[in-house]
Amino acid sequence: MNLSNEYVQQRLVEKFGDQVHSFEEPYGMLTFEAPKELNLKVLNFLFDDVHLQYRFLTDLTGVHYPDQAGRELAVVYHLHNLSAKHRIRFKVFTDIQTPDVYTATGLFATANWMERETFDFYGVNFVGHPNLKRILNVEEMDYFPLRKEFPLEDQTRIDKDDAMFGRG
Amino acid sequence: MNEQHIRLPEGSIEKTTTTLNLGPTHPATHGVMQNILELDGERVVSTEQTIGYIHRAFEKLAERRPLYQITTLTDRLNYCSSPINNMGWHLTCEKLLGVQTPKRVDYLRVIIMELARISDHLICNSIVGVDAGAYTGFLYVMQYRELIYEIYEEVCGARLTTNMGRIGGFERNFSNTAFEKIEKFLKEYPKVLQEFEDLFIRNRIFMDRTQGTGGISAERALNYGFTGPNLRAAGVDYDLRVQQPYSSYEDFQFNIPVGTTGDNYDRWLVRQREMWESLSIIDQAYRKVQDFKGKEAEVYHADAPAYYLPAKADVYTKMEALIYHFKIVMGETEIPKGEVYQAVEGGNGELGFYLISDGGRTPYRLHFRRPCFVYYQAYEELIKGSMLSDAIMTMSSLNLIAGELDA
Repeated sequence: MNLSNEYVQQRLVEKFGDQVHSFEEPYGMLTFEAPKELNLKVLNFLFDDVHLQYRFLTDLTGVHYPDQAGRELAVVYHLHNLSAKHRIRFKVFTDIQTPDVYTATGLFATANWMERETFDFYGVNFVGHPNLKRILNVEEMDYFPLRKEFPLEDQTRIDKDDAMFGRG
Repeated sequence: MNEQHIRLPEGSIEKTTTTLNLGPTHPATHGVMQNILELDGERVVSTEQTIGYIHRAFEKLAERRPLYQITTLTDRLNYCSSPINNMGWHLTCEKLLGVQTPKRVDYLRVIIMELARISDHLICNSIVGVDAGAYTGFLYVMQYRELIYEIYEEVCGARLTTNMGRIGGFERNFSNTAFEKIEKFLKEYPKVLQEFEDLFIRNRIFMDRTQGTGGISAERALNYGFTGPNLRAAGVDYDLRVQQPYSSYEDFQFNIPVGTTGDNYDRWLVRQREMWESLSIIDQAYRKVQDFKGKEAEVYHADAPAYYLPAKADVYTKMEALIYHFKIVMGETEIPKGEVYQAVEGGNGELGFYLISDGGRTPYRLHFRRPCFVYYQAYEELIKGSMLSDAIMTMSSLNLIAGELDA
């Protein structure tokens, strides 16, 4: 069984029409986008369809684009069809005020911690997740540290008495 | 006594199970991680894994660093096989930048990556032995991990957190001493590995302790995102070196060992077998490297002046080299816009790098797909209903590395 980017794209467009869009192939990997309400439908279709069978969730992560009003947060899924040796990348965007995205834990057990990590760092609220709480950071934390509004410390600051660490 | 920190089972007046905190700093966890176990006698009823004790926010730090400075962060993921992480990161950068590496560089990388795989599996398998009460094997094979570390030292100057290689190749050619040490390793190690194997493989106690514990079916393992030896032990022959060859792995002949039951014994056997395969790959790669003659034998990096540091002599005499030197060291090289996912077969499985660049000098977003993090969530399912001592064996046979878990 062979899968090509064109075939997958064609199948997706047949099934979802204009709902799936922004098809790209950066460095050869098919990348596309769907509205966040459809994420489970798309994942389910990719999982169940006899010819597609993307049953391995390689990676799930978030990205923050503060300049895109209304679609500040992205959730990126990397899916893999192991027998056809084909990978695709699927993105959904959400606004930052109500970052609700349906959880993929029903399909992939592995999404559990990946979604917790994404929640921990970006604050994406995965609706239906069995145990959505912080995973790497302390539970008392009240912000989402990988969002772009939290810059790292200025490397050139000189107000800090830090002689032991080679500064100041 | 009522204020004790225990959770009572729903509706019961008296707690019938024991809560045990295994970790965060417990000798049996081999790393900083915590398990809150609910025990009924010696049987595990449930567990809750708590991780993040050595979280260092690598992904955030990476957003301010030029590409070459991120190599040091990758060292600290799976520190039992840092060179694989380093090479994986270089491959990611090379894919993004479109740098083509010469064959000799690929083969040298293969040698280093397979040495790293051996040292990784060696630690894991001997630690499984230690947890079963057999310390001898562990102490014995450490000599050869030491030899591997000496080879690293000869190649890059460091032992554990290696920061080895550069975008496009290596920082210097392998010295003769390095090749001599590789030769020594190839000559002496098989005998030691065989002896180590003989100590365990048909050892009644070891078999009784490992067979049938911590098992997982292939289907569940895939659903949990297992990769690497842990997935192969469950019977799925998924290995990135074959599936999507990188660094010229397609030029080598080797087998992918698979298990059947996915239990601790199978995981041990798969890792053991992989060490033999790695040895054969190193042997092939070493011979291929020796085949390069004359000028070709001097090649140790790609021709990528914008990303690979120029020779020091050129920096002092040539204007262009000086400019590149300055731009690279100060991190002022703009990297192309794009997003790329590159994965390598790490010691524990698929180690992925998802890099988004917006055309600036540093990544816009970098995400590490850490195999440990992904499969540790299956731990509860693996040990439910088993004995506490089996739970500890399962933990070490999964080869959990805290650095990779937390990033």
